[in-house]
Amino acid sequence: MPHLSEDVISRARALVALYPKPRSALIPICHLAQEQDGWLRPEAIEEIADIVGVTPAEVLGTASFYDLLHTEPVGKYVISLCTNVACMLSGAYELLEHSEKTLKIRAGGTTSDGMFTLEEAECIADCNNAPCIQVNGRYFGKLSKSDFDKLVEDLRNGNLDDVVPPHGTLCRIRRAVGLEAVNGTAARPAQRSRRGRKK
Amino acid sequence: MTVTEAPKIVTSRIEFDDSNTIERFLATGGYDGLRKALSMTPEEVASEVNAASLLGRGGAGFPAGRKWSMLRKADTTYLVVNGDESEPATFKDHLLLERDPHQLIEGVVIAAYAIQAAQVFIFIRGEMALGIERVTQALNEAYEYGAVGHNILGSSFSVDVVVHPGAGAYICGEETALLESLEGKRGFPRIKPPYFPAAVGLYGEPTVVNNVETMSNLPWIIKNGGAAFAALGVGSSTGTRLFALSGRVNNPGVFELEMAKTTFRDLIFDKSLGNGIKDGKALKAFIPGGVSAPWFGPDQVDMHLDQDEVGKAGSMLGSGSVIVMDETTCVLRTAWRITRFFWRESCGQCTPCREGGGWLEKVLWRLENGEGREEEIDMLMDVCDNLAPGVSWPPQQTTICVLGSSIPSSIASAIRMFRDELLIHVKEGRCPFD
Amino acid sequence: MTDLEKKVVQDDGEVNDGEVQEIELKEGEVRIVLNGQPTVARKGEKIISAAERAGVFIPRFCYHPRMKPVGVCRTCLVEVTGPRGATLQPACYVDVADDMEITTDSVKAKKAQEGVLEFLLVNHPLDCPVCDKGGECPLQDQAYSYGPGETRFIEEKRHWAKPIKLNELVLLDRERCIQCSRCIRFADEVAGEAAIDFVSRGDSIEVATVSAHPMSPYFSGNIVQICPVGALTAAPFRFTSRPWDAEQVESSCVHCALQCRVSVQSQAGKLSRVLGVDSDTVNHGWLCDKGRFLHDAIYSDERICEPLIRKGSKGGVANDNLVPSTWSETLSDVVDHISAALKDKGPQSIALIGGANMVVEDAYAWVKLAKSVMLTDSVDAQMGDGLDADLLLNLNRATIDDACHADCTLLACGDLREELPVLFLRIREAALSGSAKLVELAQEPTSLTKYAVASAIYAPGEAASSLQSIEGQVTQLVGSTGEGLVILLGKASLSQSSEEIRSTIAAMMARWPNAKYLPILRRGNVMGAIEAGMAPGVAPGMLPGMESNYEKIWEAWPSQVGRDARSILEAASNGEINVLFLLGSDPIGDFPDSRLAHAALENTPYVVALDAFMTDSSSQADVFLPVALPYEKGGSVVNIEGRLTDVAPKVVPPALVWPEWAIASEIASQLGRDLGFDDRDDILHEMVGLLPGWEQLLDGQEKNAYFRDGLLVHGGGTSGDHQNYMDPIAFPGIASIDQQGAPMLTGLVQDGGGYAIEGYKTDSYRIESYGTESGKDRGSGDHGGHDLQEVEGDEKHKGAGNAATAGNRQDETGGTLYVEQDKEFPLRLVAKRELYYGGTLIGASSSLAPLRSSQRIFVNNTDIPAEVAGTIDNSTEESPTVTVVSRSGRIRLPVEISSDIPSGCVVVHGDASSLINIADMVNFVRLEK
Ligand SMILES: Cc1cc2nc3c(=O)[nH]c(=O)nc-3n(C[C@H](O)[C@H](O)[C@H](O)COP(=O)(O)O)c2cc1C
Ligand code: SF4
Ligand code: FES
Repeated sequence: MPHLSEDVISRARALVALYPKPRSALIPICHLAQEQDGWLRPEAIEEIADIVGVTPAEVLGTASFYDLLHTEPVGKYVISLCTNVACMLSGAYELLEHSEKTLKIRAGGTTSDGMFTLEEAECIADCNNAPCIQVNGRYFGKLSKSDFDKLVEDLRNGNLDDVVPPHGTLCRIRRAVGLEAVNGTAARPAQRSRRGRKK
Repeated sequence: MTVTEAPKIVTSRIEFDDSNTIERFLATGGYDGLRKALSMTPEEVASEVNAASLLGRGGAGFPAGRKWSMLRKADTTYLVVNGDESEPATFKDHLLLERDPHQLIEGVVIAAYAIQAAQVFIFIRGEMALGIERVTQALNEAYEYGAVGHNILGSSFSVDVVVHPGAGAYICGEETALLESLEGKRGFPRIKPPYFPAAVGLYGEPTVVNNVETMSNLPWIIKNGGAAFAALGVGSSTGTRLFALSGRVNNPGVFELEMAKTTFRDLIFDKSLGNGIKDGKALKAFIPGGVSAPWFGPDQVDMHLDQDEVGKAGSMLGSGSVIVMDETTCVLRTAWRITRFFWRESCGQCTPCREGGGWLEKVLWRLENGEGREEEIDMLMDVCDNLAPGVSWPPQQTTICVLGSSIPSSIASAIRMFRDELLIHVKEGRCPFD
Repeated sequence: MTDLEKKVVQDDGEVNDGEVQEIELKEGEVRIVLNGQPTVARKGEKIISAAERAGVFIPRFCYHPRMKPVGVCRTCLVEVTGPRGATLQPACYVDVADDMEITTDSVKAKKAQEGVLEFLLVNHPLDCPVCDKGGECPLQDQAYSYGPGETRFIEEKRHWAKPIKLNELVLLDRERCIQCSRCIRFADEVAGEAAIDFVSRGDSIEVATVSAHPMSPYFSGNIVQICPVGALTAAPFRFTSRPWDAEQVESSCVHCALQCRVSVQSQAGKLSRVLGVDSDTVNHGWLCDKGRFLHDAIYSDERICEPLIRKGSKGGVANDNLVPSTWSETLSDVVDHISAALKDKGPQSIALIGGANMVVEDAYAWVKLAKSVMLTDSVDAQMGDGLDADLLLNLNRATIDDACHADCTLLACGDLREELPVLFLRIREAALSGSAKLVELAQEPTSLTKYAVASAIYAPGEAASSLQSIEGQVTQLVGSTGEGLVILLGKASLSQSSEEIRSTIAAMMARWPNAKYLPILRRGNVMGAIEAGMAPGVAPGMLPGMESNYEKIWEAWPSQVGRDARSILEAASNGEINVLFLLGSDPIGDFPDSRLAHAALENTPYVVALDAFMTDSSSQADVFLPVALPYEKGGSVVNIEGRLTDVAPKVVPPALVWPEWAIASEIASQLGRDLGFDDRDDILHEMVGLLPGWEQLLDGQEKNAYFRDGLLVHGGGTSGDHQNYMDPIAFPGIASIDQQGAPMLTGLVQDGGGYAIEGYKTDSYRIESYGTESGKDRGSGDHGGHDLQEVEGDEKHKGAGNAATAGNRQDETGGTLYVEQDKEFPLRLVAKRELYYGGTLIGASSSLAPLRSSQRIFVNNTDIPAEVAGTIDNSTEESPTVTVVSRSGRIRLPVEISSDIPSGCVVVHGDASSLINIADMVNFVRLEK
């Protein structure tokens, strides 16, 4: 029995079909596996290796390069708090200290109930809203300490379920149209000669 | 007049709440540029872009038209759009991806047509979940509309566009690391030579890598002509450009400004732009173009936002992000935080960058906390010299990519401009701003 | 033409005695200016190697001359003047160019190099006193020579838990790693198995493997050798010794017939380590793990170090009546039995099997004893698992280099990765680089299948007819004569019959008359033994025929063509052999048909075993004579391509062990004949005078590097211009030890055996007294084109013994074979030999014994009978087992179902010898529950 669900596997195969070479789908497929499990389980790594035709060591090696791919379990909500210059100049470290107190964990840790993982992030490109954070990739900016606490409460109570999906869901919109991706058959025309010049 | 009346080229739609939808896009002249492009030959499209003298907006400022003309002749050519935007305090592509995805797609298809690309990949930073969703949605719409896919808008040109999500690594903004990442590998920048992806790029095939903003300019250029674009700005800095202003200003944000016409003073202080320093404090220093760039002091605030002018003064406009420090800012802490960023984001293949970043960060942290020694300030400069011999601008390299040689910029700026302030840390055994 | 070249041409006419001339450039050369000196470099070469040849050493870590440059460590930065002035460039990555100015010792270059070395030490633990690499560490050495001398780094270093296992042989201490990526690149680029990779990013990158998929123990020792720090250590060697205590000697590995070049090291008289030496012709510096780690077998407790003789009857429990004795007692017993056998039944009743693990000199002495004293021609160094000697004589031979630079390389052998692992590396590299196009003919997919442009899988028995399916591709690549075609020829499976191989060769020769062949044989010095004449119908020097050749050599020779191993065993099982010598061979363990081997040993009245261990066969001997093991003896060896190199002894054998040649000599003398040898050198002298090709030893080619690349004494291959790479990083052990003042001994005579390169000029080697005529005219490689039909007609294989059981027969016309399916046994057996399967030495090696491959069968699911399928389905967790049955026997093994296995076949990985009947063209089997 494969670890990855049928849906994930068929979407993974569709992703492979999008690229001239299967390995290109490695990272997008890792995202899919995280959408299923919240993190990259060793079983998933094995199956991804099979799907894209590399060794498990290469999947692990590649995935571990990237901050968004987690090879250890993380909380349902990963709070990435930017402390880079722009945010730092707007009080990010004070907010970080506060958030550590609120969540009772240090940056890098996960709450004991598995709800929250807190990370000190590099710039998340929302500097006009500094200090800002992301929760599972969704932005929340110009946060005061009390804003932060309210956000945590709302997340915990599920008030933000529409806005913030569980960890791992990168894109809620599927590629619905287009060429090969839909039926996952023929790959891209690997070669396309310089085609018909119009005049 | 501090801010010119130049047209909004890439941000013309963002005032609308529904600027990301195809309805709004079509209602505001969307895909007209593409339609026009398809009625021209690819060469004509390229020469229009050449005439516009559109400089790349990703940081290096290389003319887009020239880049396209450097493509090695081959059966398969790829177009890759760099939407990795991870440079600290840079958040302009973020805006374009979320708020005008169709404009990007239109630009992309125009470029793909001009270079006869076999396929297009839009690499979007993994953190930008909403941007990825918006562009994916827009692509679905564009396929349905016929602006992407087979026989685009009834022409004989076909191309497929794929949104490729990144996974969180600043270095993937470097174009060769981006290509590696797109090939499903660790984001290790490729060693040069070969110098340009235009010769050896994705899967070894000739590839054009252009920034999101660069692409977003194309519909306007094709619609209005390269000459109209070139008429804006000064000298080689043509058109308009997005500047991201952040730090200790009252109104941080992204502003589209005519190139080289506005000064840093305007950007920071004009009411319609930065609207002055927070709490009425004094300007202490600013970074003119991203954290890799050497800093400027208040005396350089009247310089124009002009690639050449800033370059001559020993820094760069880079990715167009301006970070403002005021009198309450500890420059040592700022230099430390920037170094910390480079340390965390080094890909790790080159020894100087991998080991140097962490070393410098640790020393700076001690100094910031009053645990440093005076001679360590010179040591910092010497270690910087081992990363970028001469610690000059543009930096000399000991590493494969320029990330490593960018590390010294902020450290050297802090030491050269504010040595006394560093010494206070040493003497008082603490940060005077704490 | 560059300006410089023009100038050279203009200047050419002038005689300019004594003056420094402008450098003349030959084709493919460029002029560079290195530290102000004009210097010649080869077009396309890297600055680092051009400088090295010019005597300028540039520090480096990531660069390995046998791998693609990556330029990541940045240690080799030098100043290169280009369009933008002098910039720092990695010398390992940048190609030289015409008139390029390179400065390696400017203030800027030196500061950059120092800077990098200082950076490298930032997170390095500096635990040199307890590090295995201390004393031979490139980081240590280069930090002293090119580093800043002290570190200014006072922060806390990166910490990681101590060593983790990459596999059973290799341990990784991540704290010491300097991220040069040599190991990762080796695994992927050279070994083709990306089992390790960098994990994480920046200064926390570490080398890692996925625990469920450890690095396979085939080539993993190489990463230990090329690691420039003490991050990778070999489990068997760790903590055993300090490098400065090591003594070393250059030698050849004799654990397979490829004979990679090695450096053998010992400490306090005990073997400690074997390292790969870069031989351009053979191994490119790489070794397989078997060759690297097998040496500990010589210290096994199981080793027999004294002569044994049987007191009382055979059989019963174990060997309680095989008791210690003296050499004089054992040898006179042997001589008595020889004399009796000769008197009773004549020379035909004496036979010798084995000799492939002797050096050529020893084998030659035994051949001389057998053929010229006992007058028996029944000697065979092969074990029914190779290629018939008469075939070998008739092949137009190719070298390894030929195979790596062929228009088409046809693989008609077993899986090279299992058979001759380092040859697999060479061929894989050739296929990847495009210097050879592979076409494969195999009985199941192999490790090279994915690199082949075409691959045909055939069922046992159908090799010759399967040629049709690849004929088109091959002919397309090489044209119809087969010029440019190199065929790697060997047994595709242990169960493959010689008849099938014969018919295949005939078919190949008919199709591609100009093709060349590289024999794929496995056993250590099997080629050297055959070279010495250790095969029926073969005279020393691999000369065919009887009188004509022996006449020139010896005073007496056999009157009848002898038997090969199979016929010997068949005759023995019929009671026709009175005295059987096992020259280091174990027929029961190694002969493909173990039933026949058992029967033979049971029915032979007197068995003499020369061995170091009790094996299934040597335990049945009447006399057991202990012999030396590799690295205990010196001499000559010849590899599959006919390349002669030397092996040098590094340690002394146990006290009571005699050299093999001396045993032969003594037996001869007791039989009343003097072989004429006082030591191995005497034998070498005799061979140099007699054997074609060996006269090259006299040609004054004895340069120091000469035995590294060896001498082609046999086979028609070409020996090109060779470049061997040895730098402190590619070869950490030796270079650093050299610095410590222990020079490398290249084949120096140690104790009687072996000979020195220098020794060709010493008085121990009086070559003048030997004529060289016999060999001169018979230049190597003119045996090709011999009419094979003649060979086909040879009756000698129609031995008695177990008759063919199924409808296996040979067509009258010879060449085409016809195989009748056995109705009761619907499947055909493929018996794959794996690297770690079997072998006495592996069993005796404490580091390798645990790696013995688990035995397993593979079958296509379409071939599983319903009743068997039921049992397989039921077992979920435990791996299911099935029984394979042939007319000879049965075995029960775990089974794996694989669609890669051609239907109609059962593939056994492991010991299938009880299933095989060597007389059958095809071995038919069936599956049972
Ligand atoms: C360390 C590093 C990070 C970079 N990050 C980005 C980035 O996030 N986005 C981007 O467009 N270009 C980035 N660049 C520049 C790209 O390498 C490349 O020059 C650019 O994408 C080309 O597009 P353009 O010509 O349209 O500017 C980065 C370069 C370096 C060296
Ligand atoms: S300079 Fe740094 S980020 Fe760039 S390639 Fe080298 S190690 Fe990687
Ligand atoms: S960069 Fe040249 S040896 Fe490492």
